[in-house]
Amino acid sequence: MLLAVGSLTIMGVTLGSILGAAAYFLAVEENPLEEELKEMLPGSQCGQCGYVGCGQYAVALAKGEAPITLCTPGGRAVIEVLARKLGVTADLSEHEEKVPEYAVIIEDLCIGCTRCIKECSVDAIMGANKLMHTVIADVCHGCAKCVKVCPTDAIEMRPIPMTLGSWHWAKPEDQHAMH
Amino acid sequence: MKLFPIRGGIHPDYRKELTSEKAIVALPMPVALYIPLQQHIGAPAEVLVNEGDPVKKGQMIARSGGTVSAPQHAPTSGRIKAITAIAAPHPSGLAQTTIILEPDGKDEWGELPEPIADPFTADTHTINERVAASGIVGMGGAAFPSAIKLNLGTQKKLEILLLNGAECEPYLTCDDRVMREYADEIIDGARIMAHALGVPRVVIAIEQNKPQAIDAMTRAASTFSEVEVVGVPVQYPMGSERHLVQAITGRETPAKKLTADIGVVVHNVATARAVHHAVRFGRPLISRVVTVSGNAVREPNNIEVPIGARVADLIAFCGGFAVEPESLINGGPLMGQPLPGLDVPVIKGMSGILALTAAEINQQPASACIRCGNCVTICPCGLVPVEMAAFIRKDNFKVAAQLGVMDCVSCGSCSWLCPSHIPLVHYFNYAKGMINAQDRERRKIEQTRILAEAHTLRVEKAAADKAATLAAKKAQAAAAAAAKEKDETPA
Repeated sequence: MLLAVGSLTIMGVTLGSILGAAAYFLAVEENPLEEELKEMLPGSQCGQCGYVGCGQYAVALAKGEAPITLCTPGGRAVIEVLARKLGVTADLSEHEEKVPEYAVIIEDLCIGCTRCIKECSVDAIMGANKLMHTVIADVCHGCAKCVKVCPTDAIEMRPIPMTLGSWHWAKPEDQHAMH
Repeated sequence: MKLFPIRGGIHPDYRKELTSEKAIVALPMPVALYIPLQQHIGAPAEVLVNEGDPVKKGQMIARSGGTVSAPQHAPTSGRIKAITAIAAPHPSGLAQTTIILEPDGKDEWGELPEPIADPFTADTHTINERVAASGIVGMGGAAFPSAIKLNLGTQKKLEILLLNGAECEPYLTCDDRVMREYADEIIDGARIMAHALGVPRVVIAIEQNKPQAIDAMTRAASTFSEVEVVGVPVQYPMGSERHLVQAITGRETPAKKLTADIGVVVHNVATARAVHHAVRFGRPLISRVVTVSGNAVREPNNIEVPIGARVADLIAFCGGFAVEPESLINGGPLMGQPLPGLDVPVIKGMSGILALTAAEINQQPASACIRCGNCVTICPCGLVPVEMAAFIRKDNFKVAAQLGVMDCVSCGSCSWLCPSHIPLVHYFNYAKGMINAQDRERRKIEQTRILAEAHTLRVEKAAADKAATLAAKKAQAAAAAAAKEKDETPA
């Protein structure tokens, strides 16, 4: 009996100290959570969350310094993924679900300065110097960075129109009925 | 033939007697036809005509807009009056691009492709090309481009072409009438389709409440040993593709798979007739038979309608409304969708227009679930409607998806049966829409990420190139300066 207790104690102490030492010497310096969170974000570096890019936002999220509801292009889908990962309940009441938008260049006002082209992080704007620019609507992810740099206010954000393909039934109204 | 039982289902009041003895009549040509570009699943067609163009009957006026798409043809001769957006026959009532054709009353055929002389020696490709060019889509309601389904024989091992003449929805009798009146055309079309698919057997399944149709089809099929007509039990939703395949073969189609994966391709009987017209006469799909029924209609009828006639034209042809309808439905009462109004056109997948009175609908306010479990017992897909609805009510789509909401065929049996009148299938349609929307959003985010990474790479490469060029120039300048200095230094 004593032998069994003794040997198990010794094994426990030895293995425990090995694990402790390993945790100390082999510790990963970077927070792996940051990398995972970065993967979940859209990665377009649009900066609408207030941070420089998705990486910085992920760092702030990992530290618990930023709310999970800041990513506009990601919308509800990203918030839910983040909430699951971080084990927090997504407070969607404060999150204003913005209708997804896309940028449109008003051709009469465009002077062909190419500033918006340089700003676009997904190469959704076509055009050349002193030639009219246009936005590829399917590619635009609605970050609105181009709107800010346009010197002639020629870019506006418009809601993506509902189509027969994207329309679906709304939630039934008489919800009190079920318990 | 040995049949296999299907799970659950319901036995609603069929009310087919309103129109089942009414022979198909042709609708007089309306003053204008409204031909939407999107009448099918897939990409909308692309317009080939301009405003003011004269067109002939059968002329292609919009071509196929992609791999999964279908062209549109002029249902009669006339002039293109306008190409504009009008309300679609869809519950949303959203506008979509529509070609408005003003008939000239001459009904002159244009130049049609040559009939395929002997379709049973033609190869699959020739037949499929003709079916695709004729704008044929599934006429049972889903409107999936038929040529794609006829191509399955090249990809999968198929055993049976199953022709769906079950018509299990109450009120609808258009397939019943087509089978009674055009049995030979259907059988010929089915044999051509079977040849294109390379399947040895054709089974035509008809619910036993249509004895005349079974008789007519059996007679027409009697000379062909490979064609078999089967009367299937009257049990809603027997006409659902997956359930019909199970009743005939005993095999269950796995979730997220096609019936073709278990060797069966299903087509509607009216689609087979359209294939017959396309292959034997070169005629595109420009009309279909529609059942106009319901107690709010003065004279319910089965009408052969040119594609693009307005619902209002059909109602007027049926003597107008006897009473103000409580609800207007496109399709059958169980799976049909509400129509946004009378000014929408008839499209290729529209099998019925129902104008129902309040008494027929018998809509009741929903009350609390009494946990009777009937919805679980009758769900033909083996799902648990009450539980799925409870999670969907809380917007928990993840659990709803785990419970199989995406495998629900929206047959509406649970809603029909629920003693508390809970709109169960409405919850499931909402959840399916939300889950699909989330998928689309996820794909978009993924696309954005790929593009953003490519952009960053390009910008970095451009910067590196610039720096390299600058460095090279500097080095060159330095070398030149050094050389100059060396020259100037006296030896």
